[in-house]
Amino acid sequence: MSDIRYTKDHEWVRREGDVLVVGITQYAQAQLGDVVYVEVPDAGRVLSAGGEAAVVESVKAASEVYAPLSGSVVEGNAALADNPALVNEEPEAGGWFFTMVCDDQAAFDTLMDEAAYQAYVKEID
Amino acid sequence: MRYLPHTPSDRVEMLAKIGASSIDDLFKDVPRAAWLNDPVDLPSHASELEVERHLSALAAQNMTASNVPFFVGGGAYKHHVPATVDYVIQRSEFLTSYTPYQPEITQGTLQYLFEFQTQVAELFGMEVANASMYDGSTAASEAVLMAQRVTKRNKAVISGRLHPHYRDVMATVIGKSDGQLDYAPLLFGQDEDLAARLDSDTACVVVQYPDFIGQPNDFSALATAVHEAGALLIVVVTEVVALGLLRAPGDMGADIVVGEGQSIGNGLNFGGPYVGLFATRQKYLRQMPGRLCGETVDADGKRGFVLTLSTREQHIRRDKATSNICTNSGLCALAFTIHMTLLGGQGLTRLARLNHERMIRLVTALEPLKIELMNAHFFNEVTLRLPIAAAPLVERLAARGILAGIPLTRLSPSTDFENYLILATTEVVTDADIDQLVSALAEELSEAGQ
Amino acid sequence: MSETFSGNRGLQLEEGLIFEIGAFDKSGVDLAVPADMPLRIGVASREPIALPGLSEPEAVRHYVRLSQKNHSIDAGLYPLGSCTMKHNPRLNEKMARLPGLSDIHPLQPVSTVQGALALMDELAHWLTTLTAMPAIALSPKAGAHGELCGMMAIQAAIAARGELAHRKRVLVPESAHGTNPATAALLGFSVDEISATEDGRVDVVDLKKKLGDDVAAIMLTNPNTCGLFERDIIEIADAVHAAGGYFYCDGANFNAIVGRVRPGDLGVDAMHINLHKTFSTPHGGGGPGSGPTVLSDRLAPYAPRPFVRRDGQGFSLVEHADDAPEAFGRMVAFHGQMGMFVRALSYMLSHGSDGLRQVADDAVLNANYILASLQDVMSASYAGPCMHEALFDDSFLRGTGIDTLDFAKALIDEGFHPMTMYFPLVVHGAMLIEPTETESKASLDQFIATMRALVKAALDGETERFHQAPRFAPRRRLDETRAARQPVLRYHAPSMAAAAE
Repeated sequence: MSDIRYTKDHEWVRREGDVLVVGITQYAQAQLGDVVYVEVPDAGRVLSAGGEAAVVESVKAASEVYAPLSGSVVEGNAALADNPALVNEEPEAGGWFFTMVCDDQAAFDTLMDEAAYQAYVKEID
Repeated sequence: MRYLPHTPSDRVEMLAKIGASSIDDLFKDVPRAAWLNDPVDLPSHASELEVERHLSALAAQNMTASNVPFFVGGGAYKHHVPATVDYVIQRSEFLTSYTPYQPEITQGTLQYLFEFQTQVAELFGMEVANASMYDGSTAASEAVLMAQRVTKRNKAVISGRLHPHYRDVMATVIGKSDGQLDYAPLLFGQDEDLAARLDSDTACVVVQYPDFIGQPNDFSALATAVHEAGALLIVVVTEVVALGLLRAPGDMGADIVVGEGQSIGNGLNFGGPYVGLFATRQKYLRQMPGRLCGETVDADGKRGFVLTLSTREQHIRRDKATSNICTNSGLCALAFTIHMTLLGGQGLTRLARLNHERMIRLVTALEPLKIELMNAHFFNEVTLRLPIAAAPLVERLAARGILAGIPLTRLSPSTDFENYLILATTEVVTDADIDQLVSALAEELSEAGQ
Repeated sequence: MSETFSGNRGLQLEEGLIFEIGAFDKSGVDLAVPADMPLRIGVASREPIALPGLSEPEAVRHYVRLSQKNHSIDAGLYPLGSCTMKHNPRLNEKMARLPGLSDIHPLQPVSTVQGALALMDELAHWLTTLTAMPAIALSPKAGAHGELCGMMAIQAAIAARGELAHRKRVLVPESAHGTNPATAALLGFSVDEISATEDGRVDVVDLKKKLGDDVAAIMLTNPNTCGLFERDIIEIADAVHAAGGYFYCDGANFNAIVGRVRPGDLGVDAMHINLHKTFSTPHGGGGPGSGPTVLSDRLAPYAPRPFVRRDGQGFSLVEHADDAPEAFGRMVAFHGQMGMFVRALSYMLSHGSDGLRQVADDAVLNANYILASLQDVMSASYAGPCMHEALFDDSFLRGTGIDTLDFAKALIDEGFHPMTMYFPLVVHGAMLIEPTETESKASLDQFIATMRALVKAALDGETERFHQAPRFAPRRRLDETRAARQPVLRYHAPSMAAAAE
């Protein structure tokens, strides 16, 4: 079972070995509509929790994607440059935004788990 | 009043529907301290006849370019605009329509913008152009801001041969953000060495082509140096007709080309409205300011056009927008497109040759006067160094009914430049005009004992 | 299978691109043959320009056909909120084309263009009198450019007080137009949003909480983007001034109060005026605009160059830094949108002071008539009266499966340009309707009847009418996703349509 957590800004974070993979959720992509462009962070960029990490654009709106945790970027998903539709089609798989390493492993565990996130989504919908 | 359709009984009926007893009721939120009981102290309404008389009287006080020998350039040029252009831009559907945010009922606007973008990109030798900006000077400033975003660096090296107004606008807009502007001085008699000013914080170098004294310079070597330093080369074109004859800036290594499009399709209009041109390489597309029109298909599979990549713009990105620009210069861009279509590429080249030929004729006619020509070469504009002050000379010649160019001090007020005069010749200048100017200059110089 | 062989449908004619119908050796201009002289350009010659030409008849036909695909205010109501799509008088066009006003160069000697400078001075007089402001900058080329001008003047005033380092915050309502925060950010300010009250105005309590000695300015629109007059505006101005800040007013909605209220009486320090909105200069399919900016006493010294000055018997232009040392700089080459100055002055002279006041009255009357006639079937966001525009949200469509966009597209099939959609952002699925004063009662009644019929159709479950709309426009709904994902921004032969399958 992969270890996944969620944020109130509809990002998901998945632990895969030493790195964390970050993307936006199915709910978020449905709200955005067709994604036309994604700006992913460069390798090495320093992130602070809650700070802007990436930008996702649909035809009518641009939204910030926030760093779920503090740390630094390992790589941005280069596939999104040519195929931003991946965010709509596979938001929680091939449509990942970036991978990062996190300073504070304990912080990961404080994020919402799947059940808590689903409850949160029901509440705001 | 002829622009207001309502009759008094209309207003009564409408107030009844609203449930208000008077119009004043609808303004009830206005603070009493700001309430005006009477119309503001200005003249009351006037008929068309009265308005025409009033404005015609003001118009009559001005010396019009078509009525006199005319040699004024300096970033705005008098070219002949075919009658078709002014007719088409006055069609209701072009003149009185709105920004094409509802593309299904504005395909006319969108298609001409797509044609315009293609023409501008082709003329500049660049890959992509936007749907116009306010004018050349603001487009040039936007280019510097864009170069800063792309390179993530601050410094801009500005040629001394960039139009002084454009330099001034940059200082005003870019001086306010983190940019540093490194101004090379205006020098005569030697080439600029802008490459020597490059360092690791240089975002861009800005040159004008032809430059503001009228000289076209090959900047390919500069482009190489700029790129080696990791910076972008911005080329500013204030006389777009020159591109009918001169090698395209994109072919010389420019990364961003901006310009003033007024020369094609648009009259002098005392400085506005004009049309800013902006083009760049495909890879910098998302950092480009301004509106963009793109091709797509509709629900029936038919080709159509829409405004696109709007997320760069203010109405969506708000405080993270690439620029705060909202309007483009729509109708002026349409005028440009129509004129350019009537000319065609070959026509523009022929027009450019005619302009150049006029200047060759003027320069040749001036030779016996032995006035120093500051240009090594030129397109349709030159700078002369007279043995006498240029500004008073231009006034005296204006009093004689000749608009004899621009004293350099009008643009760059320094005692070093008191004797410099900038002259432009377009295809509207006749042999008789040239003869008249030259003999007037000859008289002026001999009176001054020169 | 197409209904017709040509692809045309009656008067709706299909038209290709000039690159598809033109030819490289065609031209619609007769030019003299240049003499064969050696070039003295000093650089390499241009490669042949790969742009086709058209003869005059072909060019006229091409552009006329394109024009026929556009809606326009000449043809019908354009209820776009905050755009003020009023009638564009043709007298304005005639005046702007007088050779004495159009065939003059900005850099001719000033002695040869005294009439032009006098016109600029007269326009300045009308605008400063209508707004009760002492000074004006005429050079900004559009509304957003005017915002930049006003905010730069404010920045210059703050710098002159030595406070630039710490006054870095600008307050902006949530309902503001996007240009406001974009302008503030461009100048290096941070943007703080002020919330709104239940009745759609600025929350003065929230504002006062957010004031501090680090606030440079507030940027407000009045009437605001919900079409409502900010009744606490004088209190707001006083509070901002007391905190050492300045009051920038976005003048986009001036049509509601022109001749009725003067922004200077409300405590405004700077306000841009959209000549292409309130003063009838044509929208031209997206531009050109013009954004002269009026300035208070506090900001007047910093007004940008160039400006017109009376000099004894005549006028001069102040263009150089040495002649105006306090001016914050120059915003644009040359002097501003003279073509729009002429049109706007022609309009002002025509209406006069009495007519302009009637303009505001009728604009507000018309918007309230629409509000009163639709509020029983549509969801008005705020109780009336409104000013010159009425705001609705999409709650009346809840449960129908039809959203604001669908509703707007159905309006296209009915022969109307849709209202402003999804702005302001403060209500859900916003529909902002501004009829302007040049719509007759009959025109408004037809619009109202159509809107009521569409609402009924939506509630009756006629979803296909809305989802398939527009069906009768020159194009159906366009694939904007595709345009953004695969941008094609210029013609390349062969075109995208061929490769489209």
